[in-house]
Amino acid sequence: MNVHEYQAKEILARFGVKVPRGKIAENVDQVREAATEIGAPVMVKAQVHAGGRGKGGGIKFCKTIDEAVEQGERILGMTLVTPQTGPHGKVVRKVYVTEALDIAHEYYLSVLIDRARARMTVMASAEGGVEIEKVAAETPEKILRQDVNPAVGYLPFVGRKIGFGLGFSAAQVKAFTKMLGAMIRCFDECDASLVEINPLVTTPDGELYALDAKLNFDDNALFRHRDIAELRDLHEEDPLEVEASRYDLNYIKLDGTVGCMVNGAGLAMATMDIIDLAGARPANFLDVGGAANKESVTNAFRILLSDHDVRAVLVNIFGGIVRCDRVADGIIAAAREVKIEVPLVVRLQGTNAVQARKMLADSGLEVLVAEGLDEAAKKVVAAIEGGAA
Amino acid sequence: MSILVDAATKVIVQGMTGSEGSFHTKKMIESGTRVVAGVTPGKGGQTHEGIPVFDSVSEAMAATGANASVIFVPAAFAADAALEAIDAGIPLLVTITEGIPVRDMVKVNQALVRSRTRMIGPNCPGIITPGRCKIGIMPAEIHQAGTVGVLSRSGTLTYEAVDQLSRVGLGQSTCIGIGGDPIIGSPFTSLLPEFEADPQTEAVVLIGEIGGTAEEEAAAWIRDNMSKPVISFIAGATAPPGRRMGHAGAIISGGKGTAAEKKQVLRGAGIHVADSPAEIGQMVLHALGR
Repeated sequence: MNVHEYQAKEILARFGVKVPRGKIAENVDQVREAATEIGAPVMVKAQVHAGGRGKGGGIKFCKTIDEAVEQGERILGMTLVTPQTGPHGKVVRKVYVTEALDIAHEYYLSVLIDRARARMTVMASAEGGVEIEKVAAETPEKILRQDVNPAVGYLPFVGRKIGFGLGFSAAQVKAFTKMLGAMIRCFDECDASLVEINPLVTTPDGELYALDAKLNFDDNALFRHRDIAELRDLHEEDPLEVEASRYDLNYIKLDGTVGCMVNGAGLAMATMDIIDLAGARPANFLDVGGAANKESVTNAFRILLSDHDVRAVLVNIFGGIVRCDRVADGIIAAAREVKIEVPLVVRLQGTNAVQARKMLADSGLEVLVAEGLDEAAKKVVAAIEGGAA
Repeated sequence: MSILVDAATKVIVQGMTGSEGSFHTKKMIESGTRVVAGVTPGKGGQTHEGIPVFDSVSEAMAATGANASVIFVPAAFAADAALEAIDAGIPLLVTITEGIPVRDMVKVNQALVRSRTRMIGPNCPGIITPGRCKIGIMPAEIHQAGTVGVLSRSGTLTYEAVDQLSRVGLGQSTCIGIGGDPIIGSPFTSLLPEFEADPQTEAVVLIGEIGGTAEEEAAAWIRDNMSKPVISFIAGATAPPGRRMGHAGAIISGGKGTAAEKKQVLRGAGIHVADSPAEIGQMVLHALGR
């Protein structure tokens, strides 16, 4: 789960990370109030869950309070398009008004999980404020990495090693060691999956601040963090994905035309891949899970058909614990409840598949039945091409 | 021969009295598995499905001589169950549970390092040596005893691959779902040596997916150590970056962990890589020269 910059900074500040003073505003009056309280000059920053906000015109330096109000008026309600939002962009509903600091230098700093080594790791670079992926790809030697030993947790030497590595003065290293300790405590105590400060800045008088911050949380641990779970902003998510999550369906909207419904995440990805190989593009990822039944299949059909780009549907179920006859039951019931106006290809394999295929054939539904994976993908692509002709 | 489990393996089910645990205990027994005990704290002394239930893993081990345990405990309590089994010194632990927090897995992994336990999972279908022992939730009937080893980060996609193998007449020595989470007990590299050493195994199918570097590490090990053919498929060539594709570990982050990148590394290590998931069975036949 993601949160907004202002929420990330509030959380980090609680752990002792120094952040610029700021106030959240949802309308122009609040922008004026916040800017007046903080005192000009200020930054006005669009709050959406995406990076690259500055490039899209969502972050502005404002010399006066009137200028802040003007920018607030422009940014609030705008559709912000950044390299990370996709072409449709995101509507800005809140702006964060913060003090504008004088900046001497920008750094990159993050804490994340090293999967292979099963532990927290710190990544830092003196090349801050830019995309760290770019730095990693072009100049990997400019990235410092240090593990946090899970048996002992954070120790000051980790901070010293990175701090001196970044070229900080002795006094700055002291402050940095504290800041990094706070980040790591935050990561651990909040079950975060990413704590990123980019940029971390120094001011001309040598102070360290988290100028921007990003926190991601482990969805699987939200059950023990009610306060964090409440920060979920449904406006930032695709409405169909939100709807799907209500039914425990794992749905991700993509940009193709073949809707797919599959049991299991790996098979769902493989189904997307084989649709692509057959010459069409998947419209979505959809894992109906291990308990595919009449209700979940009906809901899944409703959700994937409300994507108007879908021109054919491929159902691919490998019955193990899930019984194919129950899935067929679900498809037949769903077809009665939800109007399926596009070609439907169904591939059922595994437990009770023969019986399930017969049920579909006897149902009177217009279903194209396939046995193999390859056959299913070819049939669904042919159905689209036939429809277009 | 096979790896890790065979007809002599004696299995404990942690969480046996729950609905998932009950259902799969029956299925495991039907597949020939010697399920010798259940563990549900507070229900020690009872029997369930005719099997004795104990309060703790160590009691169950002492009473039955079990050498493997499988966890069907809800995610919030699964790490505790795993740590208990590791503390009891169980040689093989299979954690089926999906949704265990990463922080919990960091702790479990720490405990595993200095233990005598090998853990498979979490978020996995388990392990099966067809006809002899099944510890997990996979449909036993699609499997056949044979000579192909299977390692996979997925569940149903593994079934698909196994089904293709069985249909072309290739049975399996042992199939292991290693789990779809970012942190797992046994990565590919810890299991490949077992297949290399197993005289029954003639070839290995390795099913990976986007996210992390487990396939790249496997490729390096295979290039340097493996004499048997390895056939691979990587799911998620069409997955968008930055999105978690169902499995907690299946995410392309910072442009790393793409299917294209993994396939290239695997091919560079001399591994047969199928672009289509429908070609896995045929490709193994071909690699074995049949």
